[in-house]
Amino acid sequence: MALSLIPPLTDGPISYQAIYQPAQTGSFHNNNMAALCRGRHRWKRTNCLHVLTRNLSGIYDYDLVVIGGGSGGLACSKEAARLGQKAAVLDYVEPSVKGTKWGLGGTCVNVGCIPKKLMHQAALLGTAVKDARKYGWQISGPICHDWATMAEAIQNHVRSLNWGHRVQLQDKKVKYLNVKGSLVDEHTVRGLTKAGKEMILTAKNIVIATGGRPNYPIGIPGAKEHGITSDDIFWLKKEMVLSSTRRGSDVALECAGFLTGIGLDTTVMVRSIALRGFDQQMAGLITDYMATYGTKFLWKSVPKSVDKLSSGALQVTWTDTRTGDEHKDTYDSVLWAVGRAPETKALGLDQLGVRLKKETGKILLGSDESTSVPNIFAFGDIGEGRPELTPTAVKAGKLLARRLAGLSAELMNYDNVPTTVFTPLEYACVGLSEEDAEERHGKDGIEVYHAFYKPLEFIVAERDASQCYLKVVCARGGEQKILGLHFTGPNAGEVAQGFAMGFQCGATYSHLLQTVGIHPTCAEEVVKVNITKRSGLDPAVTGC
Amino acid sequence: MLLEMTGQKSVPNVFINKMHVGGCDKTLQAHEDGSLKQLLSGDEAYEYDLIVIGGGSGGLACSKEAAMLGKKVMVLDYVVPTPKGTTWGLGGTCVNVGCIPKKLMHQTAVLGTTLQDSRKFGWEFSETVTHNWDTMKTAVNNYIGSLNWGYRVALRDKNVNYVNAYAEFIEPHKIKATNKRGKETFHTAAKFILATGERPRYLGIPGDKEYCITSDDLFSLPHCPGKTLVIGASYVALECGGFLAGLGLDVTVMVRSILLRGFDQDMANRAGEHMEEHGVKFLRKYVPVKVRTPGRLKVTSKSTETDEVIEGEYNTVCTDPSVPGDLILVSPPPRNGKIPVNDEEQTNVPHVYAIGDILEGKWELTPVAIQAGKLLARRLYKGATLKCDYVNVPTTVFTPLEYGSCGLSEERATELYGEDHIEVYHSLFWPLEFTVPGRDNNRCYAKLICNKLDNDRVIGFHYLGPNAGEVTQGFGVAMKCGATKEQLDGTIGIHPTCAEVFTTLDVTKRSG
Repeated sequence: MALSLIPPLTDGPISYQAIYQPAQTGSFHNNNMAALCRGRHRWKRTNCLHVLTRNLSGIYDYDLVVIGGGSGGLACSKEAARLGQKAAVLDYVEPSVKGTKWGLGGTCVNVGCIPKKLMHQAALLGTAVKDARKYGWQISGPICHDWATMAEAIQNHVRSLNWGHRVQLQDKKVKYLNVKGSLVDEHTVRGLTKAGKEMILTAKNIVIATGGRPNYPIGIPGAKEHGITSDDIFWLKKEMVLSSTRRGSDVALECAGFLTGIGLDTTVMVRSIALRGFDQQMAGLITDYMATYGTKFLWKSVPKSVDKLSSGALQVTWTDTRTGDEHKDTYDSVLWAVGRAPETKALGLDQLGVRLKKETGKILLGSDESTSVPNIFAFGDIGEGRPELTPTAVKAGKLLARRLAGLSAELMNYDNVPTTVFTPLEYACVGLSEEDAEERHGKDGIEVYHAFYKPLEFIVAERDASQCYLKVVCARGGEQKILGLHFTGPNAGEVAQGFAMGFQCGATYSHLLQTVGIHPTCAEEVVKVNITKRSGLDPAVTGC
Repeated sequence: MLLEMTGQKSVPNVFINKMHVGGCDKTLQAHEDGSLKQLLSGDEAYEYDLIVIGGGSGGLACSKEAAMLGKKVMVLDYVVPTPKGTTWGLGGTCVNVGCIPKKLMHQTAVLGTTLQDSRKFGWEFSETVTHNWDTMKTAVNNYIGSLNWGYRVALRDKNVNYVNAYAEFIEPHKIKATNKRGKETFHTAAKFILATGERPRYLGIPGDKEYCITSDDLFSLPHCPGKTLVIGASYVALECGGFLAGLGLDVTVMVRSILLRGFDQDMANRAGEHMEEHGVKFLRKYVPVKVRTPGRLKVTSKSTETDEVIEGEYNTVCTDPSVPGDLILVSPPPRNGKIPVNDEEQTNVPHVYAIGDILEGKWELTPVAIQAGKLLARRLYKGATLKCDYVNVPTTVFTPLEYGSCGLSEERATELYGEDHIEVYHSLFWPLEFTVPGRDNNRCYAKLICNKLDNDRVIGFHYLGPNAGEVTQGFGVAMKCGATKEQLDGTIGIHPTCAEVFTTLDVTKRSG
């Protein structure tokens, strides 16, 4: 269908319609539908108490301007448009220190969840190819991995997602502007295009969802010049990594895991503990598994400097904090995974008096995502204390849009957020860590059921399953309400999702016991778990 | 003297058949937990408290549980060889000729797809990859052997007397056990549990037993089955047909009427379509008439709708019967001869109970049998009251695209509540790991059935996609907790997974 059929929806100065491909055969119909919906909602609102605000908002270009086109920003703006609001989303990718940049969709799509899981999948497939031989598949000759093939395939998929996001915005009548947004006042946003052209947008409400970017360490010579971050690794064109050093966050472990998995010599440098904030017993199992998988760990070490040698290799100098000794080794690349920081400087928040948390630079928010300035809201990774996760941002964004449209008062519930870490042995959890449960309920107030199990598919493949483990942390009294659930093993995220829903419904240990297992799976071990930590009995699962 | 014997000063001081029960409180307690009745009925006259006939998942779980509760227990297990002479060790269908070998062979087929995918993810290896049946069969059977051994050790550790003999009732409380060498022994017990499970049945057509094999033979077949006709469309048939095709074999499935009877038909057909797209041939609405040799196995079938008769050859070249290439797999036809029980697994003979696949109208699933067996032992010997719940049983069919479900099928939900009172939410999805290899777009499917009369409670969960078993299990727990659509919407997704699709379902089937 030809593009000219799409009714113009541009009010702002820049139109991106020209570059759309005429592939969206359903667009005309969709747009009409959207227009109809919009009409209906308007009619509804003029018939309720919002007449006054509607009249007021009429003086602005938009009902809602969202700065940041990541998962949260897109969800929020699309929801607003669906509810009949006039919405615009501003997205602009500041290139990384190494010059890497990407399209619409934010961290998750471009430099986070999506490429990460796909590279993790590439690593898993490497293990599977080796397993396949044990299952009778005859593969002659050596097995090796080509970075360029993988990177290109993944990048192509990411580009198709970038494209999909733009099409969706157009279908949903959200104005998309590839400009860098900053705040002028509580109703005005200044946009700056790549070419340096300036524009002014006014809006009834402004939402900031610009997320965060990876940090570089401070005070380490050579760190910025020679090191890369997770913003760059997924977009490297050719294989450049033979080995890397970084610190023990989930990003670090995930990257180190897939790099090891595709056959690279990989080292992780950890200052204190791995996976801070997660259950530490589980963190230990994950790093133990990685160590047997081939990832090297430098524990309790801090980097001192990075120097480029004449050979092109990078020489990293570090200090072992236990002994104070200095060590040196050479690597092909160095990837920093030392936390993320929000992009607030360019937003002009200080001039408006939007309050930030000093230590983190993140925006202080109320439970309705409001900032200290009226009409300005923020959510996602940029919010202080918010989980840095795509699904929470998506959900929070949608709920915020509904509240701003005056159609709902429902607040985002940030409790019971399940999550997974795509380390070589995957880890997923929902609820409290054992440490936190113990702190809140006391050692005698909790009962921990646990099991070491062996995934069926590991057995024939003769893979080591000694870190496949699960634990269910329950309140000790009464019905034994589940406080936290932790699982390491294949497909951990898939396993945990349903349990997270059970958790949401107030699942107790007896609910687990009453549920029939699905045989033979790993997930069934969760409903079969019956050994308490207190009993001191052997938690190894035997037989079916 | 009495005080010395019993340590009890008060009266009444109750004895039954020379056994001290205690005072009033103890007696009442014994009455409540059922042990009083047992003492009064004079059970100690029997050799055992309990004899379990059948050493499969259910029988073993039940006997171990009873032994742990201090009972004297015997398990009799005996495998009658198949017409092809296949036999196996302790553990029943699941371990030997069911779940375990099936999932491992399914896994082999999955790895075959993985090998193709992996090239797209940058892995490089030899162009031609072939599959060796013998390597797989040996690996699978070695593992089964270790499980058989593990079960014997577990029974010994729990003091359950295991006898490898065939049991027959000769008196209400007495059985005759015949071992492999024909030696007969006799045993008595207060209670009996029948847990003998099921065996595949034959078609009852000329040539079936001579030339056909069943799932009892397939997993330990000494040679690769070659071009295969699978007769039947139960989950066993589709799973076997699926993995054989996944190994690169030419597979045809003959279906008399519908796929996966009893399961949601929308899902069953989608799983079938996916198999068809991946090279499995379906002969629909046909039933076999006879199977004959010499040479290739010639199967004559007739249409169930017309008079049309067709003949198919399921062998390639050889006339030598020992040469690989020909096989027909028979899945269990509609059932009969099953045992009806009440909701406490009790048969019409009060001291005889039955659990597992042998039951009429109950799930034929290992975990159900285990659950039923354990709970039965606890009710019999621990005074427990919890009964096995045969509703909301989560389960998975390991077809090439796996299918996981819990609760009601759409048909059943419509029948029970009426079309207007249920809301069906659904979505097609494309797993992230399928995107790079570019396969099976819009084949995976998620469906949720909610009861509008009851707060939009989830009454049916259906998932077609990778790792269906792993995905479905947790939702099974959620449904036990009475999950509603609202609670599901309130659950945060885990990104990027397939399971997260259930947290964002908002399109109803009604809306089109």
